[in-house]
Amino acid sequence: MKCDIVLAGVGGQGILSIATVLGLAAIENNLYLKQAETHGMSQRGGAVQSYLRLSDQPIHSDLIPSGEAQLILSVEPLESLRYLSFLSEEGYVITNTTPYVNIPDYPDVEGVLKTIASLPHQVAIDAEFVAKESGNAKSSNMVMLGAASPFIDLPLESLEAAIRSIFARKGEEMVAVNLKAFHAGRSFAEQTLNH
Amino acid sequence: MTHKKLLLGVEAIGQGAIDGGISGVYAYPGTPSTEITEYIQENEVAIERNLHRQWSANEKTAMEAALGMSYAGKRTLVCMKHVGLNVAADVFMNIAVTGINGGMVIAVADDPSMHSSQNEQDSRYYGRFAMIPVLEPSDQQEAYDLTLAGLELSEKNGVPVMIRITTRLAHSRSGVLLMEKARMENPISLPSDPMQFVLLPANARRRYQNLLNQQDRFLELSEQSVFNKFEDGADRSLGIVCCGIAVNYFRENYPGVSPYPWVKISQYPLPENLLKQLESQVDEILVLEEGYPLVEEQLRGFFQRGKKILGRLDGTLPRAGELNPDLVASALHLEKPVGQELQSTLVNRPPALCKGCGHHDTYRALNEVMEEHGKGKVFSDIGCYTLGALPPYSSIYSCVDMGASVTMAKGAADAGLFPSVAVIGDSTFTHSGITGLLDAVNEQSNIVLIIGDNESISMTGGQDSSALGRIEAICEGVGVLPDHIHVLESLPKNHEILVGLLRQEIAYQGVSVIIPRRECIQKLARRKRN
Repeated sequence: MKCDIVLAGVGGQGILSIATVLGLAAIENNLYLKQAETHGMSQRGGAVQSYLRLSDQPIHSDLIPSGEAQLILSVEPLESLRYLSFLSEEGYVITNTTPYVNIPDYPDVEGVLKTIASLPHQVAIDAEFVAKESGNAKSSNMVMLGAASPFIDLPLESLEAAIRSIFARKGEEMVAVNLKAFHAGRSFAEQTLNH
Repeated sequence: MTHKKLLLGVEAIGQGAIDGGISGVYAYPGTPSTEITEYIQENEVAIERNLHRQWSANEKTAMEAALGMSYAGKRTLVCMKHVGLNVAADVFMNIAVTGINGGMVIAVADDPSMHSSQNEQDSRYYGRFAMIPVLEPSDQQEAYDLTLAGLELSEKNGVPVMIRITTRLAHSRSGVLLMEKARMENPISLPSDPMQFVLLPANARRRYQNLLNQQDRFLELSEQSVFNKFEDGADRSLGIVCCGIAVNYFRENYPGVSPYPWVKISQYPLPENLLKQLESQVDEILVLEEGYPLVEEQLRGFFQRGKKILGRLDGTLPRAGELNPDLVASALHLEKPVGQELQSTLVNRPPALCKGCGHHDTYRALNEVMEEHGKGKVFSDIGCYTLGALPPYSSIYSCVDMGASVTMAKGAADAGLFPSVAVIGDSTFTHSGITGLLDAVNEQSNIVLIIGDNESISMTGGQDSSALGRIEAICEGVGVLPDHIHVLESLPKNHEILVGLLRQEIAYQGVSVIIPRRECIQKLARRKRN
C-alpha cells in the first residue's frame, strides 16, 4: 500500500484535522507515515498545504515528488488547482466548491469550478451544504475526508475510530455529527464515481 | 524497552531532551523552532518534574539562563530559529570557550526558502565558527536520538552541542521509537575549576587553547559516529554526500539500492576518513545539503585541484532555497513524471492580517496621518504587523531584525527625516526594542514609536509576551516622559482619537510612545474555546 496525498486549503481552515484522522488510522494499521505541515506565516490566511504519505514500506522524503500524488484533497476550490504538478496522471482532485475569498483578486468562481470540472479525474462537493444537511456546517472538513475516503486504502472502521477519538473530547453529539458528515461525503463521492 | 509515538521533528527534539534528563528548556518563539518548547510545556513528565519551561525575553537571555543552569550542573536545552542565533551569538561564541558543566544542547531550526523568515542563513557555519560539534538529524527518529546523544556528548566533553534542523524536518510528523523512561535529572554540582567561566584574557587564552586541543577529539567522534555512514554502490562514476534530510530526497529517488556509493553526514566536524574513502573510489562527487554550500565549499577547496565537486556552487542544484526530491532527481539526471499542469497561472494567496485584528485599526489611522507627510517614513519590525507592508495598507517600509524599527527610526531622525515613525509589537519591543528606545531618549530623538500591543506573540501561535502588563512602566523607566506615553484600545470607534494622538505626537519634538492595545483575536478565540 502506498498513498501520497496533498492536502490544500487556506490558513485557518483546519486542514490538519483531516491529516490527524488519516494519521491515526494509518498508525492503527501499522503503516509508515510522514506528514509535512505548514506552520508560521502562511497560517495567517495564506495558501497552506500538507503532504501526507502513507505506505507499508519505509518512507524516505517528507515531501511528495512531482507527479506522484494519488490525491489532492482541497477544502477550497482555488487551492485545489495550486498543486496539480504533484498529481499523477491517474490521480484525483477531491475538492470543496465553497470559495474562501480573502484576496481582492480572487478569480471568477464559475471559472474556477469549470477548470476543476475539466480535470480528468475529480470530485467536487459543496462541503458546507452537505455538512449543514448532516447537522453542523462546521463539520465540512469531515465531509471532505469522507469524499476522499473511497480513494484511500484504509479500513472504514479505522477512519471511523479515528474520527471518534479526535472528537471524543467535545462530546457524543459532536462525534455523531462528524461521523454523519463523513458518511455523507463518502456517499457523494461513491455516487459521483458510479455515474 | 521502547514505545512508538507520532511526532513532529521539533517535538522529537523536545521529547529527546526530556528523556535525556534536562532540568529546563530556554527559548524565545520563532518559526520553525517554536513547538520544541511548546511540546515540553505540555508534556506530563516535564510538568511532573516541574522542568523550567517558560519563555525567555529573547534568545540571548535564553541561552545565558541555560548556561547558568548548566553551570549549576544540570542538563539543559535552548532553542531558537536561525536568526535567533544572531541575537544569542555573543554568549554562543563564548560558551564554546568556557565550555559547559551540565550537558547543553542548542537546537537551531533553519528556514531555507524563507517560509517564515527574513533570510536563509545556515547555522552549521555558526557551529564551525564556534568550533563545536554539530548534529544534523535526517529524520524524526534521529531528531530524538541525536538530542539524547547530544546531551551525552556535551556533558562528556564539556562542550555545548548544536542540533541543526530545517523547516521540513521541524514540521513533518512521523513515528518515533522512544525510551520507556526518562533519565533522571542531574543533581546540582558546581564546575570543578572555579576559573572555567571567567574569561579574563589570561584565562580566556587557556580556555581557547583547551577548545583548540579538543578539535581532534571532536573529529574522532564524528569518524566513529553511528549517525555518519558510508554505503557502497557499483557505479563509481559518481559519489554522493548527503547531509541531514537531504539523504531522504536522495533515497526517495533510489528506493532500493543506490547505484552510486554514498555517504550520510549527521555529525560535524566532517568525518575526513569517511569522505576520503568515498573520494578515493569515485570520479566525481555530488553534495546534497540543505542550506548554504558549506560541505561543498570545504570539499572543493580554493584551487579546486581535486575531483570535480557538484552541488549548489556549479549550478547542478539551485544556489538558494530548500531541496526537494525533484531537484535531487534532476541533479542525478533522472527522468521523473511531471504531474498535471494548468494552462493559466493562479493568483497568489499571501498571508494577511486576520479579520478583526487590532493592527487594522492602527494602520488605518497611521495611513490617514502619513498621507500628509508622504511615503517612506515608517519603520517596522518582525511580527504579524509586518503584513502591514503588503496591500491594502502598504504602511511600513522596513522589516530587518528584531527591534530595528526603533533604532532605524532614530537613525533616520538623526539624519533629519521628519516625521520618523516606528511600528513594533509588544513582544518584539521587549525582545530587542527597549535598548534602542533608551538610545532615542538619551538623545531626545524626534521619533514616534507605536507599540501595537496585542498582548501576545501572535505570529508564532499566541505565546505569552514578556511585555504583558508592563509596557508603559518600561517606557517610563527608560525615560520617556509620561505626558508622551498614550494608551488606547485599538478599535474602529477610536479611529479619530488615534489619528489625533498621532498628529499631536508627530508635532512634538522628542520621543513619544503610542500604545494601541487589544488582545490578539486568535488568542482570544483560543481562550474562549478552552
